[in-house]
Amino acid sequence: MKKYIAFFRLRFSMGLQYRAAALAGMATQFFWGTMEILMFRAFYRTDPASFPMTLQATCAYVWLQQAFLALFMAWLMDHDILDSIVVGNIAYELCRPINIYNMWFSRNLANRFSRAVLRCMPILILAVLLPAPWGLMLPASPLALVLFTLTMLLGVGVTVAFCMLIYMLSFFTISPTGLCTLAVSTVEFFSGAIIPLPFLPDGIREIFELLPFASMQNVPLRIYSGDLAGSAMYRAIVLQIFWLLLLIAMGKALDALAMKKITVQGG
Amino acid sequence: MRLYGKFFVMHLKSIMGYKTSFLLSCLGNFLVSFNVFLGIHFMFRRFSRVEGFTYSEVLLCWGITLLEFTLAEAFARGFDTFGSVVRQGEFDRILVRPRNVILQVLSGHIEFSRIGRVLQAIVMFVFGIRMSGVRWTTAKAAAVAVMLLGGAVVFAGMFVIYAAICFFTLEGLEFMNIFTDGAREYGKYPVSIYGKRVLQLCTFVVPYALIQYYPLLYLLDRGKPWYALLPLAACLFMVPCLLLWRLGMRHYVSAGS
Repeated sequence: MKKYIAFFRLRFSMGLQYRAAALAGMATQFFWGTMEILMFRAFYRTDPASFPMTLQATCAYVWLQQAFLALFMAWLMDHDILDSIVVGNIAYELCRPINIYNMWFSRNLANRFSRAVLRCMPILILAVLLPAPWGLMLPASPLALVLFTLTMLLGVGVTVAFCMLIYMLSFFTISPTGLCTLAVSTVEFFSGAIIPLPFLPDGIREIFELLPFASMQNVPLRIYSGDLAGSAMYRAIVLQIFWLLLLIAMGKALDALAMKKITVQGG
Repeated sequence: MRLYGKFFVMHLKSIMGYKTSFLLSCLGNFLVSFNVFLGIHFMFRRFSRVEGFTYSEVLLCWGITLLEFTLAEAFARGFDTFGSVVRQGEFDRILVRPRNVILQVLSGHIEFSRIGRVLQAIVMFVFGIRMSGVRWTTAKAAAVAVMLLGGAVVFAGMFVIYAAICFFTLEGLEFMNIFTDGAREYGKYPVSIYGKRVLQLCTFVVPYALIQYYPLLYLLDRGKPWYALLPLAACLFMVPCLLLWRLGMRHYVSAGS
């Protein structure tokens, strides 16, 4: 366990170095969030009755999504890992007396957390300062804040576990770009990154909420504003734990399989 | 132009080395923009209109914007990886060759997996036109052609600015994504729905509204006929872009080893 924590810390402090990039990223995300909210505003003004969430909850969803973008976005893959598989540098990693799945898992977690830590605060502060319905509201209740933090951790876990599946699969496909784009675009839609899941029509939404993708950002972002509460919330948390365990188990199985028949490329 | 053709074939051959991955990327790229369509579709399952635009009108708008963007991207995306070209010192190699610099940058990187997106853009474009319920006349068809031209030029100009900035910062600025991918993303709805300020900004500073909102009004019989000519005015946007590019070239100091 200690070695993996060491890996986590190494990556985490590495990620904190890129401050200029973080500044540019924050500006982009703030702009992105503004446009998103302006879009929802247009729909809200036209027909407020059809709005499935409160306006405040929607805005909170958008701001939190932008602030913690690095935690949940599937396209934030670790390209070093993918490259090392393509180029063959993976051989060095395999020489180490550690489990590759666990190492990459901690590495990915660290990458995402360091990025998020650098970027989230200014966005959150600015968003809180915006006037009432458009800004970021305070959490619905103290309990909501606690559960938001908890489910956010679970959500990141599910996201990383899913990405791990892709890394493991790239052992078999050699050139991973295709697989990546495909997986990323699937996640984007099903996880509520394009439009929040409550905006989907009934019938489709219930199915989507059972999928692992809904356990990523959908749950924490909606718990914060109180949009997801009561028994539905607890069901969602149980589902998150279930998917996290299942995805990790699948990843481990693939890991074992890949290690058995791995061919290292390059010379 | 013949040189561009040669580069084109070269890239095509190299990509065919990894066929499965290539097909998957095409599919992935197709899905990325299909996602946006699904987003629009589901929003309109719930809301019947937005700020006076109906589902079919938004689809027309999105179809045209996407095709404009894809046209620009198909040719000018080479500028997208320009940051690393400058950082690695590869730009020196380009400078010493006795060929046009821009042409070489353009042909340095051709992304074939965008075929998926081109396909998606064409499908959306045709779908949007079929659904729109616009009564087509020769003038309107010409207006669409002008929109596509103007749009492609404006987006291409954005890619040029993006690359020109790399001369100064040595790195592609994530911030510029707002003007390329962001504009495509939010161009799915007519610019006016984002409010008056955004509309003004997109009219006078960055001419997105000129290639999207105003000519669209003309197509929908809500605007004056001269709105259809605005995309031509938007083409002028390329002038400052190229000026910036030249300024950047003069500023260029070799990097890398």
